Amino acid sequence: MDVILFVVFAAIAVVCAINVVVQTHPISSALSLVGVMGALAMLYLLLGAEFIAMAQLIVYAGAIMVLFVFVIMLLNAGAESRRGRSITAQIFGIPGFFSLLVVLSFAVLKLFPEAPVVRFGGFTGGGARDVGRALFTRYLLPFEVTSLLILIAILGAIVLARKEVD
Amino acid sequence: MEYFVISIIKSAVVAIALLTTLAYLQWVERKVIAHIQIRMGPSRVGPHGLLQPVADIVKLLTKEDLVPPHVNKFFYLLAPFLAITTSLISISVIPFGTEVEVAGYRTWMQLTDLNVGLLLVLAISSLGVYGIALAGWASNNKYALLGALRSSAQMISYELPLSLALAAPLLLANTLSLREIVEAQGGYSLGFIPRWAIFQAPVPQILSFLVFLAAGFAETNRVPFDLPEAENELVAGFHTEYSSLKFASFFMAEYCNMITVAAMTTTVFLGGWQPPFPERLGSNLIAPMLFFGAGVLCFYHASNPARRKDRYTLPVFGVVFFGLSLLFLLVPPLMPLFWFAAKTGGLLFVFIWVRGTLPRFRYDQLMRFAWKILFPVAVVNLMVTGLVVALL
Repeated sequence: MDVILFVVFAAIAVVCAINVVVQTHPISSALSLVGVMGALAMLYLLLGAEFIAMAQLIVYAGAIMVLFVFVIMLLNAGAESRRGRSITAQIFGIPGFFSLLVVLSFAVLKLFPEAPVVRFGGFTGGGARDVGRALFTRYLLPFEVTSLLILIAILGAIVLARKEVD
Repeated sequence: MEYFVISIIKSAVVAIALLTTLAYLQWVERKVIAHIQIRMGPSRVGPHGLLQPVADIVKLLTKEDLVPPHVNKFFYLLAPFLAITTSLISISVIPFGTEVEVAGYRTWMQLTDLNVGLLLVLAISSLGVYGIALAGWASNNKYALLGALRSSAQMISYELPLSLALAAPLLLANTLSLREIVEAQGGYSLGFIPRWAIFQAPVPQILSFLVFLAAGFAETNRVPFDLPEAENELVAGFHTEYSSLKFASFFMAEYCNMITVAAMTTTVFLGGWQPPFPERLGSNLIAPMLFFGAGVLCFYHASNPARRKDRYTLPVFGVVFFGLSLLFLLVPPLMPLFWFAAKTGGLLFVFIWVRGTLPRFRYDQLMRFAWKILFPVAVVNLMVTGLVVALL
């Protein structure tokens, strides 16, 4: 059952991810990305990380991508035109991508030969309690630094967006 | 195998109940609004207009299904699907009652109890924006696009106070599972005050309850926050170009979201299926007495009818009410269901009442209300609650 679900949602994720690149219209690409996020959330659920799955849906699919779609609609961006692609990119693009994939997977296998095999539902530290405890004890410093970074980004956005006051 | 069969039966029961409620909620809304405005409301189709929902469904099904030539066809057709799907999912984690035994099988009156149930509801509601945003964009119509933009901005803004208001009672309940949240609100302080989140010591969550309700109105695009479909400025907003069943799906999605918000408020703030006072003070007798009273009222009005047909229709309703009264008297396990339905129904009535009473906000007032009033109140409430819970 788990394997079937994994194959289904992994396939959805991959197809949507390819669709993000293939589609010419920005709205179609953005919505394909939402599909990727949703499929990823399902994969997290299969692994037993409920909180992360829901956070993925709320933050990425629900908040960030909505803003993307909102901005695309506001700017009324049209479909991109397919022009000016070099001969090298057309010939070597897809084979180059697959060879990069091969090299990467080979490197991962070489570097971590002892890595444990992933089992569905074998991970139990995915509840809200466990994630909260990890964030506020072991990863407290990175967590706080990230929040500071976000605060700076917000301030920067406000400064950039503010109208000049004489 | 048994598990699957039980789940399928439960889903079917909940789906049928939900869709019937959806259809009749609209009848109730029209009747209540009519009486607020001193009109009769629907009264032609069936006794007291009770068959009006059926007539509406037939009308919507048989209308011409028009796809305008200037739309982006794929997204135009996808949008109503998204809207109705996301609005129907949330009901699956709402607990309607305690564990019951039916024909030898013990089961909870809830479709499924996720340990992140509350987050699922939030996630699904945040995905609901896509239906409206896409509908407006794909229609390729300026009014629809403006409606969709307003709606997206409004839903993004009001989601923050909504989630913050939900976080405070969670600190008291200490869990994300909706079933456990309701169970944490059981019992009574001083013997008669229910320990619902809005009354619970040490910090009664009345403020976050009000913030949640106000944000819930905005999330469901209801009056006074119905800017996305302000008919005097935007024709009909995001669903201007939709007709027939596709329009009906948006309509149903709105009512279904209303039910979800009311059910969530009941679950998180009003103690779900917990009765408002203990059984030893006779809370189990409220439902039979209420229905008995309604039955007596029906027979009284049938004896001096305002209209001629009331002489024949009202006794039928009276008998139905007496039957319900007897049912609740003889089957006490149904009581949690009654309390859940009563609280949710009461909140839905507030939704309709507000629609009949308040005018619409202006757009800047709407945004200012979210960011300068609701958001700070929710944050302060959350901080105070967190501080008190941490200190005690």
